[in-house]
Amino acid sequence: MTDAWLRSLGGLALAALAALGLSLALGSVALAPEQILAVLGGQGEALSRTLVMELRLPRALAAFAVGGLLALAGALMQVLLRNPLADPYVLGLSGGASVGALGAMLAGLGGMLVSGSAFAGALVSTLLVFGLAHGRGGWTPARLLLTGVVVAAGWGAVVTLMLVVSPAERLPGMLYWLMGDLAYAGSPWPPLALLLAACLLALPLGRSLNVLARGPLQAAALGVAVRRLEWALYLVASLMTAVAVTAAGSIGFVGLVVPHMLRLTLGNDQRLLLPACALAGGTLLLLADTLARTVIAPEQLPVGVITALLGVPTFLYLLYRGQG
Amino acid sequence: MRPGPASACLEARDLVIEVPGRPDGRALDLRLAAGQRWGVLGPNGVGKTTLLHTLAGLRAPRRGEVRLDGRPLASLRRREAARRLGLVFQERHDDFPATVRETALIGRHPYLSPWRLEGVEDLRLAEAALARLDIAHLAERRVDTLSGGERQRLAIATVLTQAPAIWLADEPTNHLDLHHQAAVMELLAEQAGAGHAVLMCLHDLNLAARWCDHLLLLYPDGEACWGPAEVMLVPEALERLYGQRLATARIDGAPVFVPAR
Repeated sequence: MTDAWLRSLGGLALAALAALGLSLALGSVALAPEQILAVLGGQGEALSRTLVMELRLPRALAAFAVGGLLALAGALMQVLLRNPLADPYVLGLSGGASVGALGAMLAGLGGMLVSGSAFAGALVSTLLVFGLAHGRGGWTPARLLLTGVVVAAGWGAVVTLMLVVSPAERLPGMLYWLMGDLAYAGSPWPPLALLLAACLLALPLGRSLNVLARGPLQAAALGVAVRRLEWALYLVASLMTAVAVTAAGSIGFVGLVVPHMLRLTLGNDQRLLLPACALAGGTLLLLADTLARTVIAPEQLPVGVITALLGVPTFLYLLYRGQG
Repeated sequence: MRPGPASACLEARDLVIEVPGRPDGRALDLRLAAGQRWGVLGPNGVGKTTLLHTLAGLRAPRRGEVRLDGRPLASLRRREAARRLGLVFQERHDDFPATVRETALIGRHPYLSPWRLEGVEDLRLAEAALARLDIAHLAERRVDTLSGGERQRLAIATVLTQAPAIWLADEPTNHLDLHHQAAVMELLAEQAGAGHAVLMCLHDLNLAARWCDHLLLLYPDGEACWGPAEVMLVPEALERLYGQRLATARIDGAPVFVPAR
């Protein structure tokens, strides 16, 4: 059992390394593998050192971390809501973050303030949805889901309003942010550290999550402290999504498609699925971002467009195949 | 020291289950002791499942308390309770894919620390439980491809893997063919014979008459009565319970009830 797990995770880790190599090599100036290795070894010429260490590597690590966070958060949300089609944004989190970020842009703020404002918006949305769904007596997955969908629709209206009233010169930046863009991701270390911490937390909780996926009563009958575990899931998944959205805007489909595809091939044992999601989600977004910045270079596409273009047909295919 | 199965005992003290909008009725004061096989009978919607969930500590009662081995169930950690008390649910959720073997293995959850993987011994218990329920050949199959009866037997195999001292079973013969109904009742009787305690909700009076040594009758108005099976199996009481006239015969020394025409 564990041998097969190690093989799967090892394969995914190799794929992640390959994607990392590709993203370091490709760009306005293509670098050969030996040049990249020289730079990583602390040598190499100044130009390739700048390209790798200051431009490509931070962005690649940020892309990997954001993709891993989104896929992992999606997988956790799916267990929390007992719905294999839930995604990290289903509870309105990206809407709140968008309103925060666009508000900051509209006010003419930049950089860190946009990120901080996005993070604050995500947290406000999380608390709002949770508070409303909790109401009197406790929440059920169905009520949480519905509240999230309605709140997300509300945020959507506010976003549209902001786009309408904003001056034309700010629009492209706003649209890029809305579709997800890693160009302004900032330091990759906070999201990477959070991803690692979440993986370490998910491993000992994995078996409890397996049981929770079979319903709260069954889980309680098998000794799971259900309410506490659900709180932890909600908070951790929300925090991961908030950090991801803050770093790169709302990138769609990674959190939905990656857990779903892995579940089809690896099964639903969370102890394997969750670390696999972190690796595969990171790899997918890393590749998508490499495409986004090379395909029509020197122009860049928002990476969210690439993930959606890849995600929509993949997902439809999986659904279609699932029916047959 | 952990109490062995011989001392297994679940008590309801002055217990009134929470059914919204229903008067309290008669509070339950009963003791499910090692070796006993209790049957719970009553018409649809009378609260049999709610009672079972309350006895398992999954729902708070309106009044009174449940004690497990002499200690209040509400004060025990869920994990501790799950090692003593197993529940066969009537409803189950298979939203996510899982194999039959994985499903049986979750019965070991209360015994394993968070970092431990299931070991050889856990796997052996699960395989033995699947074999006992005649579904060993389905071990690799996905749960959502099983028939209703196979799914039911898997639910029982999961609790058998859990190996609790007290079995609470919500209509354990649901969806089962005649042979497997008898096989499951035989299994539960065997569990009781090994010093475990069994309480099951049943719809089939005749299964109850044949396999249970104690009965609890729940009436729609909240009334209840309980006692040894031979005292409880009075046609008039059962007719009042279901609002249905019955014809009675004796076969193999046990009473048999069929609806009168």
